[in-house]
Amino acid sequence: MSGEVIQSLILILAALVLFASFVQISRERLLPAIHAFAWQGALVAVVTGLIAATGHVPGLYFSAALTFLLKALLIPWLLHRLVRHLKLARHREPLGHPILTVVLAVALVIFSYWLVLPIVAHSLSSTRNILAISLAVVLLGLLMMVVRSQAVAQVLGFMSMENGLFLAAVSATQGMPLVVELGVAFDVMVAAVLFGVFFLELGEGGELHNVDRLNRLDETRDGDL
Amino acid sequence: MNALSNGFWPVVLTVYTPLLGIFVLALIGRAQRAGWVNVGCAGVSFAASIWLAWAYTVHGDIVAAGLRIDALNISLVVLNALVGLSTALFSRTYMLEMLSTRLSGARGVHGLRLYNSLFQAFLFTMLLALTTANLGVLWVAVEGCTLSTVLLVSLYRTPEALEAAWKYFMLCGVGIALALFGTVLVYFAAQHVLPNPAQGLNWSVLYTHRKQFEPTVMIIAFVFVLVGYGTKVGLVPMHQWLPDAHSEGPTPVSALLSGLLLNVALYAVLRIKLLVDGALAGTPSAHLAGHLLIGFGLVSLLVGALFLHRSRDIKRLFSYSSIGHMGMITFGFGLGGPLATFAALLYMIVHSLTKSAVFITVGHATHIAGTQTIDHIRGLIRTQPKVGWTLLIAVVALAGFPPFGLFTSEFLLLGATMHRAPLLAIVLLPGMAITFAGLFRHVQRMVYGPVPAGQTPVRANLWPVYVQMALVLWLGLTIPTLLAHWLGQATALVAGAPLP
Repeated sequence: MSGEVIQSLILILAALVLFASFVQISRERLLPAIHAFAWQGALVAVVTGLIAATGHVPGLYFSAALTFLLKALLIPWLLHRLVRHLKLARHREPLGHPILTVVLAVALVIFSYWLVLPIVAHSLSSTRNILAISLAVVLLGLLMMVVRSQAVAQVLGFMSMENGLFLAAVSATQGMPLVVELGVAFDVMVAAVLFGVFFLELGEGGELHNVDRLNRLDETRDGDL
Repeated sequence: MNALSNGFWPVVLTVYTPLLGIFVLALIGRAQRAGWVNVGCAGVSFAASIWLAWAYTVHGDIVAAGLRIDALNISLVVLNALVGLSTALFSRTYMLEMLSTRLSGARGVHGLRLYNSLFQAFLFTMLLALTTANLGVLWVAVEGCTLSTVLLVSLYRTPEALEAAWKYFMLCGVGIALALFGTVLVYFAAQHVLPNPAQGLNWSVLYTHRKQFEPTVMIIAFVFVLVGYGTKVGLVPMHQWLPDAHSEGPTPVSALLSGLLLNVALYAVLRIKLLVDGALAGTPSAHLAGHLLIGFGLVSLLVGALFLHRSRDIKRLFSYSSIGHMGMITFGFGLGGPLATFAALLYMIVHSLTKSAVFITVGHATHIAGTQTIDHIRGLIRTQPKVGWTLLIAVVALAGFPPFGLFTSEFLLLGATMHRAPLLAIVLLPGMAITFAGLFRHVQRMVYGPVPAGQTPVRANLWPVYVQMALVLWLGLTIPTLLAHWLGQATALVAGAPLP
């Protein structure tokens, strides 16, 4: 394949990564959202692999494999198991304001393009596009954490932010140094395990479906032990 | 082996002893022994940090094993190791007490093992964040701080503790993610400039080339970094996690969070600010980073001061005081110039010593009273004069009374404000006054007054507190030549010119 074809392929895949973010936000059930997250991880891994091939950066093949293992297999599997264990597979959580949420999401994508414009004025147009998309994925993850009150959905938002960050690092700079990437991957994995611990604890207290109910702590409360 | 002789061992021992401690303590189940091993690891790290200070004085900057010691972090490293040791000493007796109360049962023994292991993990990640030469590793270490403290905050497994830990995890996780985006942007800016792009996260290399970076990229990077690490500093409006985590976690953890973690996060912001200032020098928005810090700092000071009055929980009270103090320090770095920078650096050190001493004393006070509610804590001086007086004196120091160190730093900071931006003193002074009033209003009722029925003294080891308060007093009366020299060098690095 020639370079240009691969560039357009990368762009299409990056657009699909963004699409996966939209899917995660709008799903009412958890399992389809987790599947969308897994697809997003796989797409990010493929983009990384393609960039490794075009830029001749062998280190990135390793990152691509790591991302695939972690984001497309391990973390989705972990979440899947938890959802089944906690009997959440049939739980539905409709969005409060679906249209408003989508409009906000689109506005965030436009904002990302606007913000990235001056940054990459001198770079290739494909870099600019992917950087804007990755920032949009980060912001959409943030939006998902705001509009969803289900704990597992919030964690999906959190993890898809990490996908966006990884995509940014890969596209803007052809990957961070190896030690940093390993460190980040380690942190993400530990975070995933910790979230699992939290789900089990919150599940006991029945606060899993609505994290907004976590509002005991404020200035009016007594601090008796 | 010449490279190894120049400070390799002290820096490695200081930073990596706690890493070893994580694994060793994960294996020790006996509570008594684990407490001592915890103290031992912190002790070795502290002793090595003194050795490191000596090596730094002799050799100057030390670069070894991916770590880097310079004027900006040497004093913070020693401070970190010292407060780590004194908190470990306090935590040994305190957690044994907790084992028979809040951590009782079969879960308690596992809980304590987890606690000791994560205590070392917390110390390790903070020391790594302070000493690493790589901005990416800095991010990994600060995220590691969050991960290791989340389980510490939720240690008691009460619904409140879980809520606090969940908020802490979510807010700081998101914050830290934004900081990573900022770091990626810095790396991106460096790619176009550095001869060897692979070194694009090495701070000293970046610092050498800082003037060539694209200003627009650096501005956006700084905003992301400030919001990201600022969440961990406790800057308003990203401070929501801070009072919750402080009030629900075990008291030694509150001491470390307030005393050290906030400093580490601010240190991270400062490192990036130095690069941004270099890149923006000569452009129309040369002071943008400073102005942002001033804004966040003043708002934090005011919000901290006002919420302090509304607090009903003693640990929340002092966590709002931390928000206010970190606001002042941030303001100081934002103001810039040699005097304000020197004041802010000194402020970081004395605040950390005082605040961890306060939290250790508060741990004993809540133990005596059996509650964290301010309204129910009464007559501490009559029940146990040692604890009551120490709390009073520590709060006097915290409120910025002479002759303690916080007075010196606040006075210098105020002087710099009057000199450079007198109008900002209109915000600064009331903020300080409200904080002052709030602390005293609450504390004098707790230490004086009649003793509630059935309140008895507890076993209290206050030696770590005495040592830290003596240091704060010393720093208020005179600044030792060595520290003055270090701070002078750090000021030169941060503000571009040493204190005249």
